[in-house]
Amino acid sequence: MYVAVKGGEVAIRNAHRLLDDRRRGDRTVPALTLEQITGQLALSVDRVMAEGSLYDPELAAMAIRQARGDLIEAIFLLRAYRTTLPRLGPSRPLDTGRMRIERRISATYKDLPGGQLLGPTFDYTHRLIDPAMAGAEPIEAPERRPCHPDSNWPRVTDLLGDEDLIEPDGEGAEEPGDLTRDPVSFPTDRAVRLQALARGDEGFLLALGYSTQRGYGRTHPFVGEIRIGFVVVEVDIPELGFSICIGEIRVTECQMVSQFTGNGSESPRFTRGYGLVFGQSERKAMAMSLVERALRAEEFDEERLAPAQDEEFVLEHCDNVAATGFVEHLKLPHYVDFQAELELLRRLRREQEERSRAPQAAGADETREVAE
Amino acid sequence: MTKASPLPDYNFAYLDEGTKRMIRRAVLKAIAIPGYQVPFASREMPMPYGWGTGGVQVTASIIGPTDVLKVIDQGADDTINAVSIRSFFQKTAAVQTTTHTNEASIIQTRHRIPETPLRADQILVYQVPIPEPLRFLEPRETETRTMHALEEYGLMHVKLYEDIARHDHIATTYAYPVKVAGRYVMDPSPIPKFDNPKMDRSPALQLFGAGREKRIYALPPFIEVKSLDFEDHPFSIQRFDKPCALCGAEGVYLDEVITDDRGGRMFVCSDTDHCQSRLTQGQGPTGPLASSGEEAGR
Amino acid sequence: MSRQPILTVGNLEKRYGARIGCTEVSFDLWPGEVLAIVGESGSGKTTLLNCISGRLARSAGSVRYRMRDGVIRELADLGEAELRFLMRTDWGFVHQNPADGLRMRVSAGGNVGERLMAVGERHYGCIRRTASDWLGRVEIAGDRIDDQPIAFSGGMRQRLQIARNLVTRPRLLFMDEPTGGLDVSVQARVLDLLRGLVSDLGLAVVIVTHDLAVARLLSQRLLVMKEGRVVESGLTDRVLDDPHHPYSQLLVASIPEA
Repeated sequence: MYVAVKGGEVAIRNAHRLLDDRRRGDRTVPALTLEQITGQLALSVDRVMAEGSLYDPELAAMAIRQARGDLIEAIFLLRAYRTTLPRLGPSRPLDTGRMRIERRISATYKDLPGGQLLGPTFDYTHRLIDPAMAGAEPIEAPERRPCHPDSNWPRVTDLLGDEDLIEPDGEGAEEPGDLTRDPVSFPTDRAVRLQALARGDEGFLLALGYSTQRGYGRTHPFVGEIRIGFVVVEVDIPELGFSICIGEIRVTECQMVSQFTGNGSESPRFTRGYGLVFGQSERKAMAMSLVERALRAEEFDEERLAPAQDEEFVLEHCDNVAATGFVEHLKLPHYVDFQAELELLRRLRREQEERSRAPQAAGADETREVAE
Repeated sequence: MTKASPLPDYNFAYLDEGTKRMIRRAVLKAIAIPGYQVPFASREMPMPYGWGTGGVQVTASIIGPTDVLKVIDQGADDTINAVSIRSFFQKTAAVQTTTHTNEASIIQTRHRIPETPLRADQILVYQVPIPEPLRFLEPRETETRTMHALEEYGLMHVKLYEDIARHDHIATTYAYPVKVAGRYVMDPSPIPKFDNPKMDRSPALQLFGAGREKRIYALPPFIEVKSLDFEDHPFSIQRFDKPCALCGAEGVYLDEVITDDRGGRMFVCSDTDHCQSRLTQGQGPTGPLASSGEEAGR
Repeated sequence: MSRQPILTVGNLEKRYGARIGCTEVSFDLWPGEVLAIVGESGSGKTTLLNCISGRLARSAGSVRYRMRDGVIRELADLGEAELRFLMRTDWGFVHQNPADGLRMRVSAGGNVGERLMAVGERHYGCIRRTASDWLGRVEIAGDRIDDQPIAFSGGMRQRLQIARNLVTRPRLLFMDEPTGGLDVSVQARVLDLLRGLVSDLGLAVVIVTHDLAVARLLSQRLLVMKEGRVVESGLTDRVLDDPHHPYSQLLVASIPEA
């Protein structure tokens, strides 16, 4: 006799126990430490902080460990945690001009004040899997030299700005809206777009950025500057009447320079695409800046023809936590609705069979049978 | 490197009071404009978007320590996601939970309305994946917003017309669009159209939460809810030609269960509480049982 | 029939920064009258049409329309809902490219029935009968009612677009090069059809065309546009047989003799 299936609670409990076991793996192998993850898988940590929208390398490392290396799962953990944190207020705008530079390059100038500083980049490595990765050979300590206190790293966009060749940075709103607190409605403004892109999925934005280079909404981009390093975070304290520094974070900033022909009332200037991401996340910052510029189509009288220019399409689908939730929700039981579809399909087939078996049946008149 | 701050003490029902207030304001606005989708700043929840975060946020905002909560998915209390959501509220709100529709003050549901008629002191919270009934005809939010504002629903009827022209039937079997109080067209969530009539003039308050899409809408008690149709192709519900194989109930929605790989199948109540109650009262597959109360399952 | 114009345009202007789209355009249109606006591409005729029909915001001037109840309303004073309702019932707009004026993946019946459904028609049988009737009037075979326009020829699509616009018996029809994309042989059929329907329904029409032969066939009055301005206006036959303005003379002279 059929027995209705029960025991969902037990099943869930057991599934979680199995997960814990698999996560830990072979007990004779040392467990991962947070220091190992933050130290030796730093770029994973950076991605999780960026898309999790929370700067806390240790928490990100915990999330990566808990997620068994699934970065989108880790990002989800960080976001869920972020939701519970109290909002204290906005910081002052980060002054990337005063960044403690680790890497700084420009494609628009051969040389410039401060020079081209490669930093710890994969760019010119040969992608050959190194046998050393299977071992534990010691790596030499790096050479150090004092950093000149007056090192000058003017932003490329400021250099262009001095000659009035690039659109100005803009004043910006007093306090930008927070897309995690206020519902987004389209069309949005630049601040909301930037927030959405900063936490947007790297793969999705990479593909869209790539598409703009291949003709889907071209904006003729040049990397004006990429800089990676530490910036100070300052917060205004009204009770004190001045701002205090609450710490330092590593960010990647990409200024993409694109062309624009003046529209008659305005003289031609270069235009900007902007990318700013937590950590060392160059690919993401570059992709973000390409898409950001593409989304500003209206400001420059550009026709929106390409997916990367479609604000609703890009912003509604760039959040990988929302995306994975909805895609994966298809695993949930849908048998009630499926039953409804089965019923209709069976009926339609029955009717089709009846029709083909009785072609002399009453000629088609315009009043059809009542549905059902 | 900063030391990770201690993980927080969670507020009653997880959300902070400010967020609950924000959601309740959205709920009030939704009740004031029946069927209209109110945007709200949906929070990231500990379960994935698409798995009921909208319903959970609405429930979390209205639930109090004396409430009794029932959670169902596909009409059953014991499906895995319903179990998971119920235990979430047990953990974060320590409220009493129940599987009995009669005993619940708040019922959170995915894809079904309980068979037992609801009362005025009950609230039904629906989990909604896609709140916009026009979404698959018009993907742009800016356009659909205008269509609702100007009551331009012609396109909706074109879809129904096309169905009849093509299949002789309206091909929508779930998430069947309805008109609320003669004004807004609404998506009732993916309940089978079988359940649509239950929404019409229900004494209970009905709230709809879409977390990922960030919309809340509502049906105040006793509001008129009419399924869209044509005069000569009136709306009608699915009929099953057999009663429930366990409790004999008729006029209820049934699940098809495959019993063997030779085409064997049986149909049982989708609403497990309804089925269970009938069995406890002595109903069986072909009428009252000779001996009272033969339990099924366990 | 009322002695008042159905449409009055006063000093209409559309500017793009320093550039003129059209300027100083004024005319009256009477019920049942067909007015053609002719000129080369770039003359501003399509801009003018879009401004009059509410699809483009004008920079200056007035457009007044006499509603069904006889009241004359300035279009800029109408709310968005009112204007959209007008565009769905009292007016029609026939695009040069039928794909712009049709739902290509909706059946012919659905396309024609949409306007009816938009104004509350709720009887499937009636909608289908009305759609069927109109398909007949535009000479589309009745058994194509469930086919999608994606499977129709250009001429058929255009005739379907016309049916879609006329089903709510509008009083004013705007047409933008309605035969522009069609083969010459197909054009004649569509034009003939239009002439018959316009006359049967007593429609007021504003038609934009670069083809003087189309203007000759369909319109009673004519505006000639050049670089955004009206250089000549008058009865179609008079302007085409005896053009006064040098530009009109140039246009007329370039019609190949039939």
